[in-house]
Amino acid sequence: MRDRLIFIGQLLFTLVVAAFLVVPAMLSISAGVTVNYFRGISSGVTLQWVVQVWDLYAGTILLSFVIAFATLAVTLIAGVPSAYALHIRGGRISRIVEEIITLPLAIPGLAIALALLLTYQGFGSFRRSWLFILTGHVIYTMPFMVRSVMAVFATVDVRTLDEGAASLGASPWRRFRDVIVPNAVPGILAGALMVVTLSLGEFNLTWMLHTPLTKTLPIGLADSYASMRLEVASAYTLIFFIMIIPLLVAMQLFADKEQKR
Amino acid sequence: MSALAGHGASVRIETCGKTFADGTRALERATLDIARGETLVLLGPSGCGKTTMLRIIAGLELPDPGGRVLFDGTDMTSVPIERRNVGMVFQSYALFPNMSVADNIGYGLKIRGMPAQERAARVAELVALTNITGLENRRVDQLSGGQRQRVALARAVAIRPGILLLDEPLTALDAALRDRLRGELNRLLRALGITTIYVTHDQAEAMELGDRIVVMQKGAIAQVGTPRDIYFTPRNRFVAEFIGAANIVEAPVENGHLVLPGGRQPIGGGDSHAQAVVMIRPETIRVVAAAGVPLSGIIDSVSFIGDRQRLVVSGATGKFLTVDAPNTVVAKIGDRIGLLIAPEAIRLLPPEN
Repeated sequence: MRDRLIFIGQLLFTLVVAAFLVVPAMLSISAGVTVNYFRGISSGVTLQWVVQVWDLYAGTILLSFVIAFATLAVTLIAGVPSAYALHIRGGRISRIVEEIITLPLAIPGLAIALALLLTYQGFGSFRRSWLFILTGHVIYTMPFMVRSVMAVFATVDVRTLDEGAASLGASPWRRFRDVIVPNAVPGILAGALMVVTLSLGEFNLTWMLHTPLTKTLPIGLADSYASMRLEVASAYTLIFFIMIIPLLVAMQLFADKEQKR
Repeated sequence: MSALAGHGASVRIETCGKTFADGTRALERATLDIARGETLVLLGPSGCGKTTMLRIIAGLELPDPGGRVLFDGTDMTSVPIERRNVGMVFQSYALFPNMSVADNIGYGLKIRGMPAQERAARVAELVALTNITGLENRRVDQLSGGQRQRVALARAVAIRPGILLLDEPLTALDAALRDRLRGELNRLLRALGITTIYVTHDQAEAMELGDRIVVMQKGAIAQVGTPRDIYFTPRNRFVAEFIGAANIVEAPVENGHLVLPGGRQPIGGGDSHAQAVVMIRPETIRVVAAAGVPLSGIIDSVSFIGDRQRLVVSGATGKFLTVDAPNTVVAKIGDRIGLLIAPEAIRLLPPEN
């Protein structure tokens, strides 16, 4: 009886997930390859919408990846040493700094974007370049990198490892390179996964910060939803999936392999 | 072995105290000299400041202003640990999980720029010395506690440090292994002949390994001396009770005799005190027939330990008196026994303040 209830519960959960996650995604994808969505799939299957989207938005999609990996690079270069310093130093000031880094999670992206605009709209060439969006993305994703790396530091007693390496004569830089980073790899991978996916999908901030010449994938998506046929927008979603799913799977596999090693 | 011997620096700690940022006073100002090649044990209960002192010597903590750390007469106070040439074994070993056993041992040599071939030879030498042959390519998490301890020691010794610092290196191990490794460690330290500072809370470890022992209490040095000094002539009640088993007896002294409920026990000399505190080690008390001896008592309990038996005697002193008797003595609970104590085995301690 109890097993049956559990089974029914699990089945219901699965169905709910399917209804709200899988089915809409599938419908959206199928719409992207349908000749006329209002007449249904019977109107025929086509790739014309996909091609149209690619022609229109290839630059946008490319820019999205450039920004995502640039964000990753910045969060790695700045975030991992910060996490190390915050963990080793400890104390009140470190906690305050950690809180400040985490703050953008609690503030609406629009507000962050507004603050950036107010401060830097005078710097024309910076305002107009994709680096402006990069700045926003770094602010938004940094806590994910710092926190996931710090979580790993807390479990491997990195302070003692650091002291151990120091006692053997290693300079702070060598300690960081030889001991700290290799032992933080699971956290760095988890953080990297978050940063890339968040950056690729970020809309709030980006919508405020973009210019007609610096659009990212989600902005293009909104653009196509607003101004073009439903099929085109759906084809856009399809491209988004095709781009991001292999990336997610690859990173996940990499993380699994690293953990098993 | 000869390649390893003859290393070591002398250490001087000069008025080193430590107050942490939150105002906790971990170490009172202390001055201590450690001779080249000596093994000095810092012994005390947790929170006595022994690890803080070790970390000051290592360069992991700065002493309070005014304190100095000197190696071979050179002021090292502001030199960071990575330039002090010390080998350190941590309580948790701090082995690098991302490196094999051999890479762990060779890491300090790699930092020093030793060529790979020479490094491999040195690692092999240490692997043999610390009895971990066959484990070179293992990952650290595939080792047992005892093996980790050996790797940590090999890694610390590999760099031919001037001073070897060990922070409770055996505490994480189970009792049987601890005893075996203690003997091994002792032989190794003697063979290396390197200046060693060893922190422990275990008095048996301190006795076996130390040329001298520094007993610490509440952030201050309670006594410094050879294991014999500390055991036979403890300076105060804390040291007497911390090292080995001790009966602490409080009683008046009249003309060189302790006045006890079970009789008058001579302690030598002719002094009188209204209230004296003395220490009597359990093994210095001989069990004899009750008749014709100055002190007697009634056996309250008998614990047969194997190599000896431990009797608890009531009625002799104010409190219970612990007596270590040979395992051949027939002792029954309730028997009245005579207690023979040589006057020189009784150590007068300063009165408690």
